[in-house]
Amino acid sequence: MVDIMLCIPIDALETNSLSQQPEPLRALPHQVEIKLLKHRLSAGFPSPAADYAEDGLDLNDYLVRNKPATFMFTVKGQSMVGASIEDGDKVIVDRSIQAQHNDIVVAVVDGDYTIKRLYRNQGKIELHPENSEYHPIIFKEGAELQIWGVVVGVVRRYLMRGA
Amino acid sequence: MSLRPQFALVDVNNFYVSCERVFRPRLEQRPVVVLSNNDGCVVARSYEVRALGVKMGVPWFQIKDLARRYKIVALSSNYTLYGDMSNRVVHILRGFSPNLEVYSIDESFLALEGMQSCYENTILLGKNIRQRIKQWTGLPVCVGIGSTKTLAKLANHLAKKNDVFDGVCDIDQLSLKEANAWMSGLPVDTVWGVGRQLYRRLTAIGIHTVLDLRKASPQYIRNQFGVVLQRTCEELNDVSCLSLEEVAPAQKQIINSRSFGIMVSEIEELREAVAMHVTSAAEKLRRQCLVSAAVCVFIQTNRFQGDRPQYHPSLTIPLLAPSDDTLVLITAALKALDVMYRPHYQYKKAGIILLLLSDKRIEQRALFDNVDSARRSAQLMAVIDAVNRQFGRHTLRSAAMGTQHRWAMRADRRSGRYTTSWDELPVAR
Repeated sequence: MVDIMLCIPIDALETNSLSQQPEPLRALPHQVEIKLLKHRLSAGFPSPAADYAEDGLDLNDYLVRNKPATFMFTVKGQSMVGASIEDGDKVIVDRSIQAQHNDIVVAVVDGDYTIKRLYRNQGKIELHPENSEYHPIIFKEGAELQIWGVVVGVVRRYLMRGA
Repeated sequence: MSLRPQFALVDVNNFYVSCERVFRPRLEQRPVVVLSNNDGCVVARSYEVRALGVKMGVPWFQIKDLARRYKIVALSSNYTLYGDMSNRVVHILRGFSPNLEVYSIDESFLALEGMQSCYENTILLGKNIRQRIKQWTGLPVCVGIGSTKTLAKLANHLAKKNDVFDGVCDIDQLSLKEANAWMSGLPVDTVWGVGRQLYRRLTAIGIHTVLDLRKASPQYIRNQFGVVLQRTCEELNDVSCLSLEEVAPAQKQIINSRSFGIMVSEIEELREAVAMHVTSAAEKLRRQCLVSAAVCVFIQTNRFQGDRPQYHPSLTIPLLAPSDDTLVLITAALKALDVMYRPHYQYKKAGIILLLLSDKRIEQRALFDNVDSARRSAQLMAVIDAVNRQFGRHTLRSAAMGTQHRWAMRADRRSGRYTTSWDELPVAR
């Protein structure tokens, strides 16, 4: 019995960036697609599982719902550690989602991007950090909050040994 | 149900500048220009810069004083970012109509016939397109709609220049009187396909405005100017002559050229640059399964330094047999360069053009062609392309390309590749 793992570098399939064909979103973690074909190999008889082989797992499918509206940001600082978003994490931001109370959002404040939890209740609009050492950003009445997109995921890498 | 043709032209306002602003909110409301390769000329202007009277294509050094006075932000062009944002827009547009022609990096034609039933009316459809692209990508677009491509293009112009349309104009929804009033207010070179030359000849015979051309007799226009302008004239009168080109037509030639970051006078450096241009062009050639039968090489001194000696030669070398082999093409190009090169000039630009392209699969062989070497060449190129795709551009390359590239492109003001590079993502705190 043998376990087989096929690693196919997706970059090998990369095409011209101006091609009209839909392309895999480059900004997403898919350097290597892992195909899992884990079944017995026996000489002579076809595998009963062959008809059930599937494409394997693609992190894009899991993380991206709307490709043309999805962007990635790098997080700096500790303001969202309470939401398990740490310094250096990459967050996935979907612009097509309408932000609601309690969503984690990327907003533009004084010309810079900030990542915070949106608090919208009884006419009050605030951006709340998830770290007691930071202060919430409070918007006065009439002030406009510019939300860039809604955070729909976070990715973090640990060891990169053996690559 | 009517199956009258109907087209929409969707075009991103100030595309390059708008892309930069999506990722750099501080640039909002500020005058911004994007410069061509090597920070040479202005290739995109924000409205604020247009209002200052800065024209398209002016050399950056000519407006440096103005830029200082009005705090104009100048950026190097970031084609990686623009290409990615363009793909996103096209992707979204395909959700509105499956029949689409990508006309340029920031413009697409959509065929709307058959789609009408999905939307209450075309204005609403246009507003929908505008709203969705703005929300999903942050880019502002205008939508022009008409029964021909020429009218859709004209409607787009109206939508862009006149606030009353709020970014969406369907020329068929205007009354004849309104449409005529708009068209009589626009010079005839507003029309798609009427360039400076035609404009001069048209005004000479009394056709000054778009309306004048619309009212002209197509037969007369054909006799005077030929069938192309006749079609334009028909298109202005709701007769659709130009259909959607969903597949880009095969390329006739491939040009690769670029200004140097610094002035170059040594032949070694010119050779490296020419070899590099041929390498890139040959990659494009093979990707499209084409072969080239002639290579043209040109070198240029800086025409903006009129006090320096000027030299702008070009030379075309035909090949024994059409080829897509980088090494064959480089050999020909370097031969041309050697013939043209004169020392003591300060060269600003070098470029190559691959000419007489044809389909590789129906290639004509030369009488004394060595079939074996052709096969070896094809195998070698396939390996080089595969290696470079996997391990990065120019991993395997001709030694003629050199390694120093002292002359390489200047892009001092390039913003991040925010959507395609892990190390250059925008930062949120």
